[in-house]
Amino acid sequence: MNDAPRITIRNLALGYGGRPVVEQLDWDIAPGSLTAIIGANGSGKSTLLRAVAGELRPLAGAIDGLDGTVTSYLPQDAGIDRAFPISVADLAAMGLWRKVGAFGRIGRHWSGELERALGLVGLSGAARLPIATLSGGQFQRVLFARLILEDADLILLDEPFAAVDRETTADLVGLVRQWAAEGRTVVVALHDLDQVRQHFPETLRLAGGRGVQGATAQILSVLGAAGVSTAPAGQLRGGAVA
Amino acid sequence: MHDLLIAPFADYAFMRKALIGAIAVALGAAPIGAFLILRRMSLTGDAIAHGILPGAAVGYLLAGLSLTAMTLGGLVAGMAVALGAAAVSRRTAQREDASLAAFTLISLAAGVMLVSLRGSSLDLLHFLFGSVLALPDDALVLLAAIATVTLLAFALLFRLFVTDALDPSFLRRVGPRTGLVHYAFLALAVLNLIAGFHALGTLMAVGIMILPAAAARFWTRSVGAVVVVAVVIAVLSCATGLILAFHLDLQPSATMILCSGVAYVVSLLAGREGSVMARRRLPSGVPA
Repeated sequence: MNDAPRITIRNLALGYGGRPVVEQLDWDIAPGSLTAIIGANGSGKSTLLRAVAGELRPLAGAIDGLDGTVTSYLPQDAGIDRAFPISVADLAAMGLWRKVGAFGRIGRHWSGELERALGLVGLSGAARLPIATLSGGQFQRVLFARLILEDADLILLDEPFAAVDRETTADLVGLVRQWAAEGRTVVVALHDLDQVRQHFPETLRLAGGRGVQGATAQILSVLGAAGVSTAPAGQLRGGAVA
Repeated sequence: MHDLLIAPFADYAFMRKALIGAIAVALGAAPIGAFLILRRMSLTGDAIAHGILPGAAVGYLLAGLSLTAMTLGGLVAGMAVALGAAAVSRRTAQREDASLAAFTLISLAAGVMLVSLRGSSLDLLHFLFGSVLALPDDALVLLAAIATVTLLAFALLFRLFVTDALDPSFLRRVGPRTGLVHYAFLALAVLNLIAGFHALGTLMAVGIMILPAAAARFWTRSVGAVVVVAVVIAVLSCATGLILAFHLDLQPSATMILCSGVAYVVSLLAGREGSVMARRRLPSGVPA
């Protein structure tokens, strides 16, 4: 890992086919911060993450501070064929690509790192299993092991707990907090406001194409004052804030 | 046993050449087929195979039954279909399976029409079903060269091919210029379908690519093993098909493809991974 980046976003407009989803967004991401992005379905959370990950060109504005930054990005649907004949260890080892490349040998050092990463996500005994045999939660654990091995300065996660069981969510949230504690910059799109309140100090709220950033308690209290119910399920519903 | 298996090859040079040509095609085509299936691109293989036909036919119109002219024509047309089909599904609302079917049908009709402009129906049969029993030496060299290039590329680029098939957007993020891998793979697919075209003909070329690989998928749990099993099935199908065709006086390319078809059906029913029988052994509702 290098130093975590300071990312400055000014006057950013994002969209598809010229139609903006996000407009005039200003956002500062401090090095080593742990930020949640919240907002209704279609408010542009995924679009914004894609842009920061470099997969979507802005319609206008700029994202500065990414030069020389190692970024990892986990889309909501990674699009991986779960029937693909590959083992847990081989999929996780893809995270070593930047270090080992297309031709390098995965020697003793990297095998050790791979084992350690699988241990951290609770899959020590599962290295040789084909991914087709995994549950949704176990599969997400493999992708988190891959993220660990990527050793990135900036980690972007899009709804990483959307399709996983409670126990897995608790374990993976622990890893996310660990990354931030190690000084990495972490940004996670989420819809569960209880999770945001408990674990994420910073929040960016997207609504109506604009964004508001601040301390999580402050952003969520504004939401509460505006009459948006966050209890009891803690879900930010599509219609409620749109 | 000697009369059955060895004599045809010991006694007839054309059978030896046919065996060498068919094995060369099998060695290159089966790994390509394995990856086409893993990428869910079997139909693309079919479209490219048919796309080669009008290109080779143009070469034939210009230069007669010249290996070079037909190969170059097929190469240009095959690449055009490979890139065109992807572009159509990217830029239009139509799903890829429909655009691929359209490309396949247009290519086949155009190819048959072009060949009939000049050739006899014997030439047309040669285009559609190949001429494995009459492969000239320069064709054998071409098939062997394509197989060699393919196997070398797989040995060298295997990690790239697997990652590109499994999670291409991840690969683009972590590896610079890895978008080229996809084109390298398509180019290899076109080359191998041209090899298949010379030996087995347009209609059968894609069979030796897809059927052994589809069968192999029912036996193994790793990509490397799928490739190896596919190659073994392809080579055995070619040898068996050739021997059967010789003794029973059958059309050779169709017999070879039918042999891999038998391997596919047996694997589908009795394979270890996800076959009919393997699923029966599992409690209901658990995906294999």
